[in-house]
Formats: sequence, C-alpha cells, structure tokens
Amino acid sequence: MPRRTDLESILLIGSGPIVIGQACEFDYSGTQAVKALREEGYRVILVNSNPATIMTDPEVADRTYVEPLTVEALERVIAAEKPDALLPTLGGQTGLNLAVALSSQGILRKHGVQMIGADEGAIRRAEERLLFKETVEKIGLRCPKSRIARSLDEARAARDFVGIPAVLRPSFTLGGAGGGVAYNRDEFDVLAERALTASPTREVLVEESVEGWKEFELEVMRDRADNVVIICSIENVDPMGVHTGDSITVAPVQTLTDREYQRMRDAAIRIIRAVGVETGGSNIQFAVNPVNGEMVVIEMNPRVSRSSALASKATGFPIAKIAAKLAVGYTLPEIPNDITRKTPACFEPTIDYVVVKIPRFTFEKFPGADPTLTIQMKSVGEVMAIGRTFPEALQKGLRSLETGRAGLGGDRGDPWGTPRCPSREEVARRLAVPHPDRLLDIRLALKWGMDLSEVARLTRWDPWFLHEIAEIVRAEEGLRGRRLEELGADALRAAKRMGFSDAQIGFYTGRPEDDVRGARLAAGVRPVFKMVDTCAAEFEAETPYYYSTYEEEDELRAPAKDRYMILGGGPNRIGQGIEFDYCCVHAVQAIRRAGAAAVMVNCNPETVSTDYDTSDVLFFEPLTVEDVRNVVDAVRPKGVIVQLGGQTPLNISRALETAGVPIIGTSPEDIDRASDRRRFGEMCQRLGILQPPGLTATDLPGARAAAAKVGYPVLVRPSYVLGGRAMEIVYDERDLDRYMESAVQASPEKPVLVDRFLEEAIEVDVDAVADGTSVVVGGVLEHIEHAGVHSGDASCVLPPFSLPAEVLDRIRAVASTLARELRVRGLVNVQLAVKDGEVYVLEVNPRASRTVPFVGKATGVPLARIGTEVMLGRTLAQTGFAREPAPAHVSVKKSVFPFIKFPGVDVILGPEMRSTGEVMGVDPDLGCAVAKAEMAASARFPLEGAVFLSVRDRDKPPAVFLARKLASLGFRIWATSGTHAVLRRNGIASQPVLKIAEGRPNVGDRLLSGEIHLVINTPSGRGPATDEAKIRTLAIGRGIPVITTMAGASAAVKGVEALRRRGLQVRALQDYYGAKGAAAR
Amino acid sequence: MSGVLLLSDGSSFRGTSVGARATAVGEVCFNTSLTGYVEVLTDPSYRGQIVTMTYPLIGNYGVTAEDFEAARPALSGFVVRKLSTVRSNYRAEEDLGPWLVKLGIPALSEVDTRALTKRLRVHGALMGLLDTTGAPVEELRARLAAAPGLEGRDLASEVTCAAPYDVAAPGPDPFLPGGVPRAAESHPRVAVVDCGVKQNIVRTLARAGCAVRVFPASTTSRLLLDWKPDGLLLSNGPGDPAAVAPVIRVARDLLGKLPILGICLGHQILGLALGGKTFKLKFGHHGGNHPVKDLETGRVEITTQNHGFAVDPASLPGIVEPTHVNLNDGTCEGFRGKDSPLFAVQFHPEAAPGPHDSLGVFGRFLDEVAGASAGRGK
Repeated sequence: MPRRTDLESILLIGSGPIVIGQACEFDYSGTQAVKALREEGYRVILVNSNPATIMTDPEVADRTYVEPLTVEALERVIAAEKPDALLPTLGGQTGLNLAVALSSQGILRKHGVQMIGADEGAIRRAEERLLFKETVEKIGLRCPKSRIARSLDEARAARDFVGIPAVLRPSFTLGGAGGGVAYNRDEFDVLAERALTASPTREVLVEESVEGWKEFELEVMRDRADNVVIICSIENVDPMGVHTGDSITVAPVQTLTDREYQRMRDAAIRIIRAVGVETGGSNIQFAVNPVNGEMVVIEMNPRVSRSSALASKATGFPIAKIAAKLAVGYTLPEIPNDITRKTPACFEPTIDYVVVKIPRFTFEKFPGADPTLTIQMKSVGEVMAIGRTFPEALQKGLRSLETGRAGLGGDRGDPWGTPRCPSREEVARRLAVPHPDRLLDIRLALKWGMDLSEVARLTRWDPWFLHEIAEIVRAEEGLRGRRLEELGADALRAAKRMGFSDAQIGFYTGRPEDDVRGARLAAGVRPVFKMVDTCAAEFEAETPYYYSTYEEEDELRAPAKDRYMILGGGPNRIGQGIEFDYCCVHAVQAIRRAGAAAVMVNCNPETVSTDYDTSDVLFFEPLTVEDVRNVVDAVRPKGVIVQLGGQTPLNISRALETAGVPIIGTSPEDIDRASDRRRFGEMCQRLGILQPPGLTATDLPGARAAAAKVGYPVLVRPSYVLGGRAMEIVYDERDLDRYMESAVQASPEKPVLVDRFLEEAIEVDVDAVADGTSVVVGGVLEHIEHAGVHSGDASCVLPPFSLPAEVLDRIRAVASTLARELRVRGLVNVQLAVKDGEVYVLEVNPRASRTVPFVGKATGVPLARIGTEVMLGRTLAQTGFAREPAPAHVSVKKSVFPFIKFPGVDVILGPEMRSTGEVMGVDPDLGCAVAKAEMAASARFPLEGAVFLSVRDRDKPPAVFLARKLASLGFRIWATSGTHAVLRRNGIASQPVLKIAEGRPNVGDRLLSGEIHLVINTPSGRGPATDEAKIRTLAIGRGIPVITTMAGASAAVKGVEALRRRGLQVRALQDYYGAKGAAAR
Repeated sequence: MSGVLLLSDGSSFRGTSVGARATAVGEVCFNTSLTGYVEVLTDPSYRGQIVTMTYPLIGNYGVTAEDFEAARPALSGFVVRKLSTVRSNYRAEEDLGPWLVKLGIPALSEVDTRALTKRLRVHGALMGLLDTTGAPVEELRARLAAAPGLEGRDLASEVTCAAPYDVAAPGPDPFLPGGVPRAAESHPRVAVVDCGVKQNIVRTLARAGCAVRVFPASTTSRLLLDWKPDGLLLSNGPGDPAAVAPVIRVARDLLGKLPILGICLGHQILGLALGGKTFKLKFGHHGGNHPVKDLETGRVEITTQNHGFAVDPASLPGIVEPTHVNLNDGTCEGFRGKDSPLFAVQFHPEAAPGPHDSLGVFGRFLDEVAGASAGRGK
C-alpha cells in the first residue's frame, strides 16, 4: 500500500520536559518521526514545551510550537494549523495522554483531525488496566489477578481478592509514579491512597504480586496489512518488583528456550492485534515463573517508549522512523532496511553481540530519599554497552556510568580489602533489598565466598547472570597481586575479553593505567571494532555503527575525508542531560556541513546523538580515557571536540591531550585556568573584574577562619563539582561546622571553597562564542530567583527584564574580556551576579552550557553549530555571526523537579541542582511568557482558585504586595496565623488555616480535599522534618504547584495577570524568527 | 584444550574445545537464530555440516530432550563464541558441553564467529574441518582437501529411519496454547517420507488429529500406497535434493494422486519431480527471521529456514504456481498445484526453532487431506 494521499499535514506532540520516566528518548523518537514524515512530503506541525530538544529546532518540523502541553494550548495550535491527522504514539506518555484528552473532549472531531497509528479505543484498551486485562484474557492469556478500585474501600476489597503482598498501579501515570507494593494491611492503606491520588482518573489497579518472577519485554511492530514483527527481546536482570526503567536489562533474552520464547512472541502478536494498535510499535511486558515456566502478561505501551529507543540502539532498527512511515500507510515490506539497504524492514533483527543497559541514579542529590528500588521508577538516566559476552558488556556498562567505577570492582571506590568493606552478614542483608548498588554487592558476596545459590535466593536474580558475574570475580582473582610483566598476551587478552579495563588491571597489579596500556599494546592486545548491522553479518551493512571488542577481525571503515570526533555526554543525570546531547548533535551538523566526517562517541541510548544516521560514524562506547583513546587510534581524527558533552569529556580532556589526542577548541590548559580557583582569581584581579571575596580551606579551622574573613553568609562547596554537588549557603559558624563535618571530606587534595554569598543579588548567565580574538554574545539570561539558587534550577528570562543598560553593557564587557583572556575557541558560558549595580563574576565555563539550546530556541541562533564552526578553524566573521541577537519577544526558561518521585525529600531550591529538565514559555509579552512557562512546567498551574500563602519573616513585606495582587485577581487566600495577621493588618482578606502541628482540619487536610490550588511557601529553615516541608511534600504529591521564592511567586502572579488580560495565544517559532533563524545564515 | 577450524579457502580459526575429542569434516554454515540451539543441534538437515551460531552465547538454558528434533544430532561439528558452562532453566536436564562430549560431537568455543560468518557470506559456503585432537595441521589440510562437497551427495539416506513407524498422538503443546490447525475428526492418514524429518513436523500432524506413519526415504510408492494414505508429506532433510533419487521417483509417481506437502528438501524434491531445476545458494538460509510473503494472503510471515539449495521457479511447469517468495533475496519459498492438491514450501512451517507464523501451511494441506479422506468414504 502506498502512503496516504488523503492527508496533507500531521500534528505531532512531544513529551515536554525531561522528568524521571520520560527523558530524551522521546526527542530521539520524535525527531526520527518528523524527519520520516517530511521525507514523505507531509507538512509536520510539532508542539513541545522542551527547548533543549533537536525536534524543536526550527528547521526540523514545518511548524514548531514551543508551547505548554495542555489541552487548551493544543486546541489553539490545531485551530491555527488545521492538521489533517494527529500521530499520538511518539511523544511518550504525555503525548499519548494529551491525544486521548483531545479526542475524548471532542476537539479532534470538531476540527476534523483524525488520529493515526492508534485510535482512542486502542489506546484505552492498552492503557486502562481493566480493559487491557479483559482484552488479554479474551484471547486466552493470563494477567496477574487484579481488581480495579476507585476508592480506598474498593481497594481494600480488591486486596482481599488478590492477597498480600499486593501491587498498586495507578492508571495513566508516568514511570509507575504513585505505584508500590504493599506487604501488610497498614502499608496497603497508605499506598492505596497515594496511588489513587497519583492517577489523573483516580483509578488504581490492585494486583497479585509476581515479585521475583523473571521479567521480559518484547518490542512489537505492526502495519496496516496486519504484518507483525518482533524487533527486539529484552530480559530484565532484576526480576519483577523493580521497575524496568530501574532494572539492569539485557538484549536479547538469555535464559528462555526457543519454545518459551515463541510462546511469548505468539502472545505479543495476539495482544497487539487484540488491542488494535493499527500501526506502529508497542512494548509488551511479560513475567515468567522461574520454577515452572508459567507466563503472565504484565502491561503494554501502545507507543514508542524508552525500551523501544533501547531496542533501536541495540539492534540498529529505527523503530520510531518506521512507526511514522507505517502510520501514513506504508506496510513493512515496502520500507527498506536502512542498514542493509537491500533487504526490507519487514523482518526480525538478529544480533551477534550482547547489549546491557544499566540505569543511572542520583540519590546523592536527594538526601532522605529511599534508595530502595520498587515498581516506581527512580533512575534519571541510563547507559548501554555492547560486547560479545555478558561480562564484557556488563563491565563496559559499569564504566560508562561515570560513577567512579572502572568495571565490576578494581577501582579506588572498591571497598574489598579495606576497612570500609561491609561484612558478609551486611552484604547478605543488602542483597535481599533491590537498590542501585546491588550488582556491586553481589560481587562482594562472591568475594566473601557466598554460594551462588544463596546469592540467587537472596537477590532472585537468574543463576545464569550470577554465574557470569562469578566468572568476572574469578578472573579478578587471577589478576590480583600478579606482576604486570608476568601477564603475557594470553592473560591480558583473556581479561580484556571479559571486559576488564586497563584501569582495573592496573589496580589489581598495582600499576598505573598507562603502564597496562603500554604492556597490552606491546603484547599486541588491541580492540577491534565490530558493526551493529541488524542481521548478524548475514547481509552486507552500509551503516557505520560500531562497538569495540577483543576479537580477531576488525571491520572499521573510516571515511576517507577529514574526520572530527565529538565526545558525548554519557548518561543523563541531574546537571547533565539532553542539553549537551543537543550541542553534540549540532556539532555533527556543523562538521558535516563543512564537508568533513563527524564521528560520534557516546554510551547513552536515549539520545539523538546515538542515532545511527545522525553522524557519519557512531561508536557506542564508554567515555573513558582508555575507550576514547582506542577509538582515536582507530579513527585518527583531525580533531576531537570535548567542550560540548558537559563535564564528561572535560574530565578526561587533560589525559587525552597528554596522550597526544588532537583536541580542538579552547585548550585544556585554558579550561583549567578557568576552573582552577587560584589561577582564575589572579586572572580576574589582573583584569579588574570583581569576584565575590572567597578563600580556600582544607580543614575545619581553616574554613572557620575563611568564613570569618569573607563574612557571613558564605557559599561553601568542594572544588571541582558538577551541578552544585554539596554546595550550601551557610549563615553562621554553627551551620559551617555542621557542613564541614557532614557534607564534605576536605583535604589538601580536595579543598573546600568558601565564598561570600551575595544576598538578593540578581544572577545572570551569558552564553557566547569566541574565535580566539573576537567574541559575540549569543544571549544574556536574567534569573528570576535571586543568587543562591543553582543556575540550572533557576528560571531565566531572555532578554533581561530588569537590568539597566549600563549594567548589561558591563556584563557583556566582562564576559568578552574573560573569553578573550582564556583564548576561548568555541562556546563559553559566564555566570555573573549583580548587586548594588556592581557586576561580579561567579564562574566561567569555556564549554557548552546547559542554556545553549534555550538561547538557540529563544533567538533562532544555533550557538553550538557556530561554536563548532569556530573550532573547525573559521573566524566568527566567516561564520556570519557578528552581532548579539535582539529578539523582540520574551523567552522564559523554567526548570522541573523530580520531587514527586522522592517522597520525604524537601522541596526547596538551593545551590545544589536538582531539576531534571526544563520548559520554555515564549510570547511577545513578558508576563504571558512567564505564565506559559509555569503552565508548561505544571499542567495544573491555576489561573484562578485558592492560594496557600505562608512566608518566612523577612519575606512578609513583599508578601503583602503579592497578596494584594492575588486578591485583586480574584484568588482566595489561605494563610497560616503569622501571615494571616500581617495580611489583616494590611487590609487584605485571607482565610486562616492551621499548620499541621496545630490540629485539624489543617493545611494538609485542605490540600488533600482539593481546596488549595497553588502553594506559595518560602522556607524559613532547612530540614525535611519541619511542618512547612511536610506541606510542600504533600502538595507535590498531589500535583499542586509549589513556589518557594518570592521572586518566583511575584513573576508567576504577574504572569497570571498578563495571561488573564491577553488570553493564551500560540505562535510558531518560525513566525518569531523564520525557519532559518535570526542569523539568516 | 584448544582446537581448530580449517576452511577450504586456506583460512583457519582457533578456539577452545568444548565438545568431543574428534575430527569432523563438513560444509560450514551459519545459523542466525537467537534461541533454539537444541533444535538446531538435533535437526537432521545439518547432516554433513559444521554449524556456527551467530549469536555468541550458547548453552545458557542447557539441553532438554523434550526439545529434540531427532533422537540425536546429525551434524558434524559446532562452533560458538562462548559456550555457557552452566544451565539455567526449569526444564534443563543437562549442560550443553558435556552433552556434546557424550554424543561425540566436536565443538569449538571462543571463536570470532562473526569473522567466520562474514567469510562465509563473502566466499559462499566453504568446506571445513574441525579438529580437537591436536592432529598435525598438514594432515588435517590434506583430509580437508580430499573431502567431497555436499553437491551430489545423498545424505538423506544417512539420517532416514531404518523402518516405518507409527506416531503416537502427543498431548497438547503447553507452549502453543493456541494449538495447531486441526484435521477432520476422521483421523486421516498421512504418510511421511523421512529424508531426515524434524520431529515437530510429525508431532504437528499427529496433534492435528492425523494418523501418521513415517517411512524410510527408500520406500517405494507402491509400499506407501499399500498403507492407503490420505496425504503424503515429503520431509526436510540434508544436502542436495538431486541426489535423493528414490524420493523424487515417489513424488513423480504420486503427483496428482493424493494431497502432497513438501517441506524444505521435500519442496526441492517436488520441484525436481515436476521437471524443475534446483541450484545451490551462495551461503544458504539458516535462521528464524526470514520474511516470506504469502502471495495468496499478501501477508508476510517470519519463517524458520534451513537450506543450502533452492528451486528455480522459472523452471517449474505451468501446472503449478508460486505461493511464497523470500523478501530478502526474492528466492522461491513455495508453490502449489493449480488444479491438484500439491503444496511445497521451502521454509519450515513447523518452526522449532523459530516463529509459528506459518502453521497455516499445515492447515491448507490438512483441509485437502481431510477432503481426500472423506471422498474415500472412510
């Protein structure tokens, strides 16, 4: 069947900000889909509130709306663009939920928009648990016993039916949010209430627990001629009970016989048909009882998912692209397989390697959060590693995580043989509870001599995986204590074939990593690069997608032209995510435009940069010195770019440069000058640039003296940190003592920085490009929150809204001076603070910053692309980027936070970054742009209703002003006694409400009963145990927006006012600055 | 202990011996199935071949007799990247390595099987010699040079049954809850000519309600007809179809006389019996992911394949028409009689290992068989 000719334009909805459970995999899939649809000649309209995406680049779709993902905004886009169809299955759960809402509210019908791929009925049959269960049981398959409940009483009845332990799964939530397993009746009540709350339809499935069963996933595709194929099978190493996003997973399945696998395959095919997903990809999960092989169906995602992104990267089969083509009428046999070019996409990929995915957690950012892994996802990112054996892939994956691991053990963090090592009993206890480091604990258990069967009993991991891990441990014991010189080529080769890094071998033999490398190369032990080709070498592949391994034949074919390598950002984590991948992709584009070959190295399967057709050559490899050097040796690039992948490539840039790797752009030496505090301080002094006074301390007395000298409050932090790790504002000596004792281990090698904290200063970010001589500013971003909130968490406005022209001039001058002094070639980000008209520099990062994509979207100037052109040797003048853009509209960036996933963690903003993603509001009017950003960050941001107002004492005067504004806008105000009294004195009506500790009904009850729609609460003291912290947590759990700064609150209220005055208006980016961007390049 | 695989193009691959201490000669082919090594190892069609699995990890779920396609392996040797030394599956009975030793099959592990596969893809199927005895290489090279290829060799006679046997109806397959296509309640008789038949073909027919008798490949058409079958199945099997003269004769005799289904080698034999030609493919089809288009329904089925020879569809007479085509390389995957109940498929509708997409092939054949049975008023 050819493509449909009755459609002319297609609407795609993105997935919005990066949150836990929904990350940049949807930028990857959405970008693929948009490209695929435009290739077919359709006009594509895209809506996504996330500016840090490739899909929202103005040249990707025909019409790009960076607008809140709400029904209201979507309807306006539909009214303006009149699309013929909506493709709902590529924007994650957010896109799917919105599509269902648009359909069920009759909006699609009203505007004559048809849903393609999956209709509302199919989506409901897959997503609504009861309907899904009915559908599955009708075709003779079994789901775990379950009942749906819409109230606590119904939930209790359901509990009696399925028994304890019982699983609670709220309907229509993301990443299992609000779900859990209850092991007793009391816990059941608590979890049931939470689950009901989390579900937008107040619906929870109470389900028989199949915890400990083996968990599997199949990626299925169907076309409208009813051809169905399985793209990839995935086995979870962590059994049922741990969310698949938090599980270590392996592709393909390892422990199923063909008969078991085919039974699962048959079931998947029958399910996709019964559910009625007409075209596209779906993910179906199964559990298998390891004792008797009994199989149950767990759930289905009728859309592309995180797992399908993984499956695409694992097999080379572009699921999202094919799904888009199928949605417009093609059938699978009509679409060629891009990788072989000669065979059709209608087949089942087969692979000749093992793929391991390991999730990346950041519990260190959320003290107080429970690190136990459950059915609710908690990881923020993941890595994928490819090897020819499971141990090889597993160890590559571990060192890809950038958590300090060189593999499974054998690094400085390895506790084995040190006093830090947990006892055998302690290890045994830890094995029984799923947590992020369980894999490392399994190694310790084996080191302690624990029996494999006991480890299997405690962890419920399949014995096959444990046996493979035991092989690594045995090999480790064969290396430990040997002399490097004793290890001949055979032993080195055997170790490398099990995935041991040079660093690990060095650790066990007591030698530096570089010696191991030398010995290894001298022995002729070097990696080869094998191809990912969808077909296990049965057909010749055209797509250069490689992984390293230790085998005989090398398959690498490097392009004959100049090659430039880009080191990617590795796994998503807080402080480093999609923004850097965006920059890497732009660099690829710039390199290819310059006629050279772009070589990408990265290990994050969620990204656009690791799409096989983004770069000219893709290496799916860990970003370590060893692995990168191996690629460099094989590719011999003309230049290597380290400044776009965030901290990851920078951390290894010095070592790479020392090894003779040709790094282009700002030199690692100059990067060091910017991050070495002493050298940077001297530089600023010489240039006459102000810095907040600061000192360095290596112990507690030193810190006290330093703080006394610079004057409280002080900002304290360890040197060399990412995303503000362990950074705090300290108001007095007692607080300082606590910080020095608990938060950091200061030492002469790891000093603590003590800086004067500029209270209520306005913070500013500048992103610029420099070519070594000239500097052009790309954008000046004024923060809404005052200094003290991490710049990655703060809301920013471009252009600045309150700073006078002479201050802005000074800011630009400071940024340019610093960029020139540091001989920046490429991108530079300068963070500054303005207090009492003086401009202070806080830090300079001669690299791509988190705000580069936002600036790009706000101005239409692709800074990362220009920065790359400069790194390739062009001058700014040659790139055509000569002047700072001056947009006539306002763009506001707002961050989103994962607090809902970490109950008990206090919801406040501070110097430590905690946001996972960002949204952008753009509008000709500042207030409306702010309001759009608020709505994009929280779909429940209220334009009317009731506000709970409770502020610390020094915020009481501005709170009066704020309350007056709220009252005039018709908001009802709830206030605690202190704030209520102040408001009454100022003649503002408010309703008093009890604090939680003051009795009932209190503010908590009001929140739970839906009488409060917005919480404005500025924290008075730290600590999750305080009453106010409980209120914030409760609100977040209910999905009620919480604002914790006065600056943020007043901006939001102005936004509401503006929006109410002007109404919500939507406008495509192309109408702001044209498809080519402002620079008209 | 180490071992070596020598190829007739002069190349060699070293590995670790994980099977029996022996020397084996055979045509080297690669199988791309991700699961199902037990079925592959016991498939009689691999007679005369050394099989390498493209998936690197083999043996993870051990060996289960339930999954055998024949009582014992018929292949010459086995080559993998990594053989698991433990088994993990509730049905597993033995570890793969010791099982290979017990059955005298030499096997290599730690081989760059992707490099081997690419060599076969580029050069076409090659003869090989797998040695785990440590014999001198010159001696082995000489043996390899003297070894005959598969063309012209009647390997079916080496794997066929010694005497006819009846098949007891097995219980339902717990792994196929949807069941198999049913024949009529009349329990029609199906005669299977065993050229190296996979047990799942026999089981599928028996489960469908047929009375099944399996005959040796040397059986004459008279002897077959003496049993009064309602249908005839020409099975899969190893090697060159042109060399299986007795079965070609049987096919020629019985064409048009009763419903016939040919599978794999049986498909090729039917092609030859009809006067068509077969030819050797460069490196054959061995795996469970081959897309085949059913020309009647237009649907694509993912099929199991295991063959080195193919039927030239242009050489077939006008009384048959093509029914299936391979989407990867356009080769003939099946044909049927225009006016006679004749079916032939190159792929394996019985799967084992592989997808069940094509079970319907049995359904079409059994409908005709049931009709024939009813027509004979039994």
